[in-house]
Amino acid sequence: MSGALFLGWRYLAHHRFKTSILIASITLMLFLPAATRLLVEDSATALTARANQTPLVLGARGSELELVLNTLYFHAESPAEIENRTLVDAQSTGLADFIPIHSRFMAQGAPIVGTSLDYFDFRNLKIASGRQMGLLGECIIGANVATRLGLGPGDAIISSPETVFDIAGVYPLKMTIAGVLESNGTADDDAVFVDVRTSWIIQGLGHGHADLADPGAGRAVLSRRDDMITANASLTQFAEITPENISAFHFHGSDVTFPLTSIITVPPDQKNATLLRGRYQDNETLQLVVPGAVLDDLLETVFAVQNYVILGLAILSLATIAVIALVFLLSQQLRKGEFHTLLRIGASRGYVAVLIASEIGFVFLISALLAAALALVTTYYAMQILQTFLTL
Amino acid sequence: MINITQLAFSYRGRGPNLASSFGMRVQEFTVPLGASTALVGPSGSGKTTLLGLIAGTLRAASGSIIVNDQAITDFNDNELGRFRIRSVGQVFQAFELLGYLTVIENVMLPWYISGGGTKADIRKRAADLLLDVGLESKRSAMPGELSQGEQQRVAVCRAMLNNPTVLLADEPTGNLDQENKQNVVDLLVEQAKRNNSTLVMVTHDESLLGKFDSVLDMRDVAQPLDGDARR
Repeated sequence: MSGALFLGWRYLAHHRFKTSILIASITLMLFLPAATRLLVEDSATALTARANQTPLVLGARGSELELVLNTLYFHAESPAEIENRTLVDAQSTGLADFIPIHSRFMAQGAPIVGTSLDYFDFRNLKIASGRQMGLLGECIIGANVATRLGLGPGDAIISSPETVFDIAGVYPLKMTIAGVLESNGTADDDAVFVDVRTSWIIQGLGHGHADLADPGAGRAVLSRRDDMITANASLTQFAEITPENISAFHFHGSDVTFPLTSIITVPPDQKNATLLRGRYQDNETLQLVVPGAVLDDLLETVFAVQNYVILGLAILSLATIAVIALVFLLSQQLRKGEFHTLLRIGASRGYVAVLIASEIGFVFLISALLAAALALVTTYYAMQILQTFLTL
Repeated sequence: MINITQLAFSYRGRGPNLASSFGMRVQEFTVPLGASTALVGPSGSGKTTLLGLIAGTLRAASGSIIVNDQAITDFNDNELGRFRIRSVGQVFQAFELLGYLTVIENVMLPWYISGGGTKADIRKRAADLLLDVGLESKRSAMPGELSQGEQQRVAVCRAMLNNPTVLLADEPTGNLDQENKQNVVDLLVEQAKRNNSTLVMVTHDESLLGKFDSVLDMRDVAQPLDGDARR
């Protein structure tokens, strides 16, 4: 019967266009439901794993999902800001470790995450090259950022202005890269980490400029009254923090009023967690959420949608199978003469049946292999696809 | 040798597209081993049917057909298939080459059906046959790239692949011009002689009859069964 397999293969190879369309249809029919399921399951696993590693998140009242996604993935719409006072108050309770997160700005396509050094211990992030950030204006970049932008320790990365036309808004800050993180396959690979005070400088709450008390700054001084010096627009502000100008950087106002987007809260035990949740339960401006629970709610919806999508794909698959069956049947009709010739030469009916079956088998086998390969690729890139969705 | 005696055949009940009322009786029909015979006669006289009966693609209602000492009327379908592939070479009017196989693969088609022997040996045999008919340079061409005369020569090679003892040709020159007709018949007769095959060829072309050892008119070979209105 190997002759029948050969004839089947030659028939498919000769009719490449028709065969390709059949294979593409069946591949998509097999791949789409599998990819949907794989993508959702892998995404769910990745989402819940990171969420479950983050016991509690404290933030402004509003969308729990936005708060959690911004805290875990940095990309989602920034939630309403809270004051740094919230962190100070929370720390004074002694009920947990509190890690500030200020995730609002971008640097060359990567989110800038203002935080404290505790974040690196909490996420178990290791420095692959360089050193930990130590000075204002330094940053640590994720492995993907380093690869994508070709940057390493000693290089610089510039924060992006929020809008080009906002001359009174956020100025770009050139940040020196102190180190690059080891890849851990999470959103941390795609982020730029800075000290939370550096993120406040990016926001314009702190800045550095020439010393106005210096007589040489005369042209930039608009007026001097008592100990109050008013400068004009010609005053040069530093766009980079260096060892030479770091002492010129300062903040205006009290830092307890400075913004954070959230606070990762890590209580030592369930009792403290419960106490904290009780503390913020009736707070009108703040909420303390459990990321795992928030994402479980999201995933419930996602799984429900997934089931509808798969149902729709199953109906489409049935239609595709019907069309493919029709194509094969019509093809057999057109090839009646060919089969008759084979029978007249001496082939048995079984031989002709094997020939037809081999053609169908080859088409389905190639389609299944292609679908499996595509599914593998989908699994491989699941996290990147997930990140892309979260960015939208 | 082909020997038919007391044979009766009818298409009755064999399907709506067939001449359901046609039937024929053959009292005695013999072609000696290695002889070449031309079958002539008007359309519908049963020439193609007779070839089908000898090849075993049609079954007689009664009587016997003996081909080289084998009573093929006693064979079942599988045995008939094996008989055709081993002992019978057939050339058809419309060539009936498979468009998705190359020329040499078409010649090797009986081997793809039956197997036996090594592929290398069969390929050499097919190449030798193509060399005999002057098509060795077109072994990798597709049938659609050949002229009709060339296609029929490929069909002859296919029929000869298994060294058949019986070579049946059903109007193989029907679609060819005069020059190709002569060439194809010369080729068939020559191949049959070289292989000591018994050749039976159906033709309407009287200019070809001189190339055969004998010429039989179907009207002398077969009589219509009762109820056959066409004769």
